Amino acid sequence: MATLLRVEHLRTSFHTRAGTVRAVDDVSFSLNPGETLGIVGESGSGKSVACLSLLRLIPSPPGRIETGRADFGGIDLLHCEDRQLRAIRGDRIAMIFQDPMTSLNPYMRVGDQVIEPLVIHAKISREQAWHRGIEALREVGMPDAEKRMRSYPHEFSGGMRQRVMIAAALITKPALLVADEPTTALDVTVQAQILELIRKMQRELGTAVIFITHDIGIVSGFCDRVLVMYAGRIVESGSTAQIFYKPKHPYNQALQKSIPALHEKGEKLYTIPGAPPDLSKPIPGCAFAPRCEFAQEKCTTSTIALKDVTPDHFSACLRIQLREIDLTPAHLPNRLFAGE
Amino acid sequence: MDGSEAEIRMNAVGETTGTEEAERGTSLWRDAWQRLGKNKMAVISTVILILIVLASFIGPFFLKLSYETQNLQLGAVPPDVRHWLGTDTLGRDLFVRILYGGRVSMSVGFCATAVALTIGVFYGAISGFLGGKIDMLMMRVVDIIFALPFTVFVILLMVFFGRKFVLLFAAIGAVQWLTMARIVRGQVLSLRHQEFIEAAEALGLSKPRIIFRHMIPNALGPIIVYATLTVPAVMLLEAFLSFLGLGVQPPMSSWGVLIKEGAEVMEEFPWLLIFPGLVLAITLFSLNFLGDGLRDALDPRAAKD
Repeated sequence: MATLLRVEHLRTSFHTRAGTVRAVDDVSFSLNPGETLGIVGESGSGKSVACLSLLRLIPSPPGRIETGRADFGGIDLLHCEDRQLRAIRGDRIAMIFQDPMTSLNPYMRVGDQVIEPLVIHAKISREQAWHRGIEALREVGMPDAEKRMRSYPHEFSGGMRQRVMIAAALITKPALLVADEPTTALDVTVQAQILELIRKMQRELGTAVIFITHDIGIVSGFCDRVLVMYAGRIVESGSTAQIFYKPKHPYNQALQKSIPALHEKGEKLYTIPGAPPDLSKPIPGCAFAPRCEFAQEKCTTSTIALKDVTPDHFSACLRIQLREIDLTPAHLPNRLFAGE
Repeated sequence: MDGSEAEIRMNAVGETTGTEEAERGTSLWRDAWQRLGKNKMAVISTVILILIVLASFIGPFFLKLSYETQNLQLGAVPPDVRHWLGTDTLGRDLFVRILYGGRVSMSVGFCATAVALTIGVFYGAISGFLGGKIDMLMMRVVDIIFALPFTVFVILLMVFFGRKFVLLFAAIGAVQWLTMARIVRGQVLSLRHQEFIEAAEALGLSKPRIIFRHMIPNALGPIIVYATLTVPAVMLLEAFLSFLGLGVQPPMSSWGVLIKEGAEVMEEFPWLLIFPGLVLAITLFSLNFLGDGLRDALDPRAAKD
């Protein structure tokens, strides 16, 4: 199977008055057609910036993509012409955003927004597009789709708006959908519906999905492969099962330990001590070292690359790479893998 | 939030949404038009405005008297059957002069506003959208023009190009678009980083399409309100210029000129001030109501039906 997207050595920085913030630092990954890749990390870990960089949606200035390639069907997304990129955006690669309340234009009918990608990318009449729009809304489970096409966004609830966003994103049958925390702003019950919907659409259209989230529980039931990001770098990548059953980076293990478990009532929640590093200063060695219980002096002095520790399972932990330590999986709460 | 949202949705369900053909065209305007039709004040204002415009532009063709027909023996008389609104000190019929004056005031008012609106919206939207150094440069240009003394500017224009009526539009338009550009720029700047604009970019929309389809409609509220405020401002500017002898020349009249002349003799012949003032006031009131109505009608969230 040919690779759909191959990102190599992506670096994105923000040049602010306070200094240069390395938001994404040498990130490489690839994605196969139809695959679901989860990108996990806490706020500020660079997961959103990495994906926005792919479509060159970083506000510039202050943002700048310093180096890297992103090969998508033979086109380098990071360096191609604007016109070429615009033809890809919304047509071959679609994106849905975190907050459905603000990502729809309040002054435009929902229908017009759903069919907008179709109108600008496919040369079809407005009438045809409108009919496709009604179909698309039905697909995402919108009751009374024909009538809802003529409503305005404020007449919809959050979950319904996210459905509209998904309908708009998938109306051109893109090869890749980038979902930037699409369920963060929604109720848990609606969250499950939206996830199920994305999965259903993915099955029907064969779309690959990059799923950005800080909710590690969602990843476990949803993704084929997972990247764990910390301080702008990938610290671990592997299949979902590998990430959860055989963690190979202390950060990943710590993240999983901090998931509240239902049956451990009354116990104190685990938190990772310390705070993420200041990205405006260069970080020698492992960025997680100051918070890591296994860290030694060499962790902060030597350069550490992402290496495979077992087949297809990569880790950026020096001590794991040297086989000095072994991690046990954190006890997984019940709601993980609920979707499987 | 929840309560109001539920209410809105119930309204949306209860509402019999548009008709089939409403699918096409720029539906924002179509919807706005329908909503405007339900706003009584706006409708009344529109009718009044249309009547005033028709009377000013077509009315004089049906009149025997001209704005310059004098009757010195008659002098200033209060309203009677022959002269509905009375006559001025030179015995000229006030009603006729108001109609003729309406031509000048309305064309100056609407044309200069249209000019200011067009330039201002384009300039401001582009400046705000592009941002950075270009924005900086474009706004400094605005600042510089803003700093030019208006009267001197007009006098210079008149000196170089002669006293032409068109120059009035040009001069007034050239000053009024500045504020409009600033308003639109501010709106666009605040919209620039809204998520739906980012989403539009992620959908592959071109910059002009983002500006015209997504940003300007979102900025329409302030634009319309300011435009309705510009019309009276422009009419008053015209009166001011005429007062300085830079605007319309006697015996031609404009509402501004009539009010100014009326004010000079208000103690002896009050009707010469009252009637032109009344007409101007009615026009401005109507414009403001219409502007308010338009602003509400253009905001889908404000739909009360």
